[in-house]
Amino acid sequence: MKKWHISNLYLIFVFLVLYLPIIYLIFYSFNAGDTMDHFSGFSWRHYGTLLSDSRMISIVLNTLIIALLSSLIATIVGTLGALGIYSTKKAAVKNGLLSLNNVLMVSPDVIIGASFLIFFTFLGFSLGFGSVLLSHIAFSIPIVVLMVLPKINELPATMVDAAYDLGATTWQTLTKVILPAITPGIFAGFFMAFTYSLDDFAVTFFVTGNGFSTLSVEIYSRARQGVDLEVNALSTLMFIVSLLLVVGYYLLGRYNQSRRMQRVKAAEAKINQ
Amino acid sequence: MHKKTTYLIPYMLWIGLFVIAPMALILYQSFFNISGHFTMGNYEQYLTNGVYLKMTFNSILYALIITMSTLLISYPTALLLNRLKNKQFWLLLVILPTWINLLLKTYAFIGLFSQNGSVNDFLRFVGVGSHQILFTDASFIFVAAYIEIPFMILPIFNSLAELNPSMINASRDLGANSWQTFRRVILPLTMPGVKAGFQAIFIPSLSLFMITRLIGGNRVITLGTAIEEHFLVTQNWGMGSTIGVVLILAMFVVMYLTRDRKAKGGRIQ
Amino acid sequence: MKKLMMVIALVLFICGALGGINYSMNARTSTSGSKTLNIYNWGDYIDPALITKFEHETGYHVVYETFDSNEAMLTKIKQGGTSYDLTVPSDYTVQRMRRANLLEKVDKSKLPALKNIDSRFMNLSFDPHNSYSVPYFWGTLGIVYNDRYVKAEQVQHWDQLWNPAFKQQIILTDSARDMLGVALITQGKSVNATNTNDLRAANNKLKKLMPNTKAVVDDEIKMYMEQNEAAIAVTYSGEAAEMMGNNSHLHYVVPSEGSNMWFDNWVIPKTAKHKKAAYAFLNFMLQPKNAAKNAEYIGYATPNKVAMKYLPNKVTSNAEFYPSDKVTKNLQVYKDLPLRVIGEYNDLFLEFKMTK
Repeated sequence: MKKWHISNLYLIFVFLVLYLPIIYLIFYSFNAGDTMDHFSGFSWRHYGTLLSDSRMISIVLNTLIIALLSSLIATIVGTLGALGIYSTKKAAVKNGLLSLNNVLMVSPDVIIGASFLIFFTFLGFSLGFGSVLLSHIAFSIPIVVLMVLPKINELPATMVDAAYDLGATTWQTLTKVILPAITPGIFAGFFMAFTYSLDDFAVTFFVTGNGFSTLSVEIYSRARQGVDLEVNALSTLMFIVSLLLVVGYYLLGRYNQSRRMQRVKAAEAKINQ
Repeated sequence: MHKKTTYLIPYMLWIGLFVIAPMALILYQSFFNISGHFTMGNYEQYLTNGVYLKMTFNSILYALIITMSTLLISYPTALLLNRLKNKQFWLLLVILPTWINLLLKTYAFIGLFSQNGSVNDFLRFVGVGSHQILFTDASFIFVAAYIEIPFMILPIFNSLAELNPSMINASRDLGANSWQTFRRVILPLTMPGVKAGFQAIFIPSLSLFMITRLIGGNRVITLGTAIEEHFLVTQNWGMGSTIGVVLILAMFVVMYLTRDRKAKGGRIQ
Repeated sequence: MKKLMMVIALVLFICGALGGINYSMNARTSTSGSKTLNIYNWGDYIDPALITKFEHETGYHVVYETFDSNEAMLTKIKQGGTSYDLTVPSDYTVQRMRRANLLEKVDKSKLPALKNIDSRFMNLSFDPHNSYSVPYFWGTLGIVYNDRYVKAEQVQHWDQLWNPAFKQQIILTDSARDMLGVALITQGKSVNATNTNDLRAANNKLKKLMPNTKAVVDDEIKMYMEQNEAAIAVTYSGEAAEMMGNNSHLHYVVPSEGSNMWFDNWVIPKTAKHKKAAYAFLNFMLQPKNAAKNAEYIGYATPNKVAMKYLPNKVTSNAEFYPSDKVTKNLQVYKDLPLRVIGEYNDLFLEFKMTK
């Protein structure tokens, strides 16, 4: 076991700040009153409202579908793109591609949203699920590329060459050598894409239509009348679910690890016999 | 890998349709005034009207402060996280807060920072007395940095995780102390992560909008606020696009300054 | 690679499952018939119970989408790609949409309940014969103050806001027309002034208000005032009514020298596909009892004079929210100004916000 470092205090502080507003939101989701500035007593009231609000639940489902689907597709396209950028030989072309890649990362959402809207109407694309999905894929691709590319760059060039020398085809090299090595980057890209998609308001607002709505758009338009604590209740539930997922992921990882360790130990025991 | 390029088709299609086309559209629109006539007036106004130049200067200043404070907090955090057991788990815990809607978190900060908010309650309790926290530069920078921290920790963390431990051991074996190892080995080798974080934060900070209003009370006007207003409120898409063009140019400059120098002239190793 | 494939399959499976749940849920709530009505309204600007009631009474299925500013709504409708049957622009936006030929003419013969609207609120300058719009709510721009920090007589007129005693105490509304309008009124000009010199003079006056200005924000004014964050705010009557409901120290004043009077109105966009449903809904909303229920939920002033009977006396007798004819005489309605002038308003206001 590692020793307790004084520096852990710093980490605790950072986590505390990161979670402070979230704890605040969760705390007030149990408020019997209607606002976030005065706690007048404990109540499940806002959870009740939430569960009977079928419009809200439907919007949450829409939001999750868009986020998962768009980040999945963005991850696939982005990973391929990163491989492409990596294999580009000319430095100028490479830098050009990288700059184009980053345009959407750094453009203000309002501009992206407005230009996508013009673009979709120009194509005669009807606004709704499809346009929102396409837009989310579009603005998530660059972050995937940025997450995956460093991992590819860190691949020792000799490894790829060795694979070719040993007679592997392009496909084999890709699936057996490169992809396994950059999997952490791909996952990081997926998570970031998911995050971007969940958080986006401005782009979605422009390109949505025909009754399709996502959570952020709904929250922004409701906020006109002050934030509804029903939304706090919803965030609390979503937070708990994602926390459980993260903890589950952690436990799974530990389980796999300990199994592997056991296998290693068993193998060692065999050798020693 | 050298021969096939078909797998690049979706990515190229994306660049063409969702990057170049919108960019061309923005450039095209920046040449039209509010009444729809072709003009260079928007650029002229941007360059001669002191308001926009001042705004640009302010935005750059604030974005630098935000990026730097984010970096100062994030680097040690990433460094310490990287030493933990189950570091991937802790990293996920850093990303988790970003899944809660930004507007809601901002409202939570308003609740924390307001005159009768928790922070002022605490200050009164300690005996410092209450202060105006909302609508100050400090609170604006704090909240902006708060939002960006996970996006800075992530790339730095990744480059630290990639760091070959034998490098550090070698440095120690050669007699370097912790500080020297950090300064000469760890820091240079994690510069790509820092640069990635810088890119991911600096330009979006130039174009922050919502929190400038909610937390900054519109006392801080960034280029993003102006774009937002021109697109959504004043319907002057021409001027909004002009500022957009400026932002895209700024991005290319930042990209150039933080480019990967190793890539130039092949690999030197 | 196997791991990646598994994750892809898992994500697709989850999406399918969520989609399935969503589909079955919508199938349950919506009536099987394809009679739908698409409403595009401000967030939280209707009593949801009324929508349910309307669906029960008529069998229509209401698809409800929201926006948060006139301009954002206008952008969406102008670009097409959507087909909303009803939307709710404010006065000057009605005029702008009419000019841009985005609005369907309202067939009054199909709206018998239109007679319930007070004649004071019909035939206003933005739509002289109500050929395109049906009034929904109306209100004024005024001053909200907190009696813990400010005495009533200190804030009866716009000019009093410039009082040095209010240093860093005032929250302004983030709207070029409203704030320059206030400055114009103090200089005896119309809120629809188009003369560049008048606007410059007004902006110079407004700049002197900066030392007293704490923040320039939008809808959040309500929250800040309820939490005692500032002593004074310039805001709309509807917002004020809500704040006062949550904080008894707040009061609302419409300065007697004049102010802006605003209207939100139902309109039918040209792209509407279910006009019959739209008329059914308008008639439903114009029924006095429904209008009263809605007004009670939203807290804004209703132009429906028959509905007033169904509202609590304490609401309708409140002179600040239902001002007398004498006060309304000094109130001015915004006209849609030429784009060049609107640009000037906005540039000046941006300049104001940039002054430290």
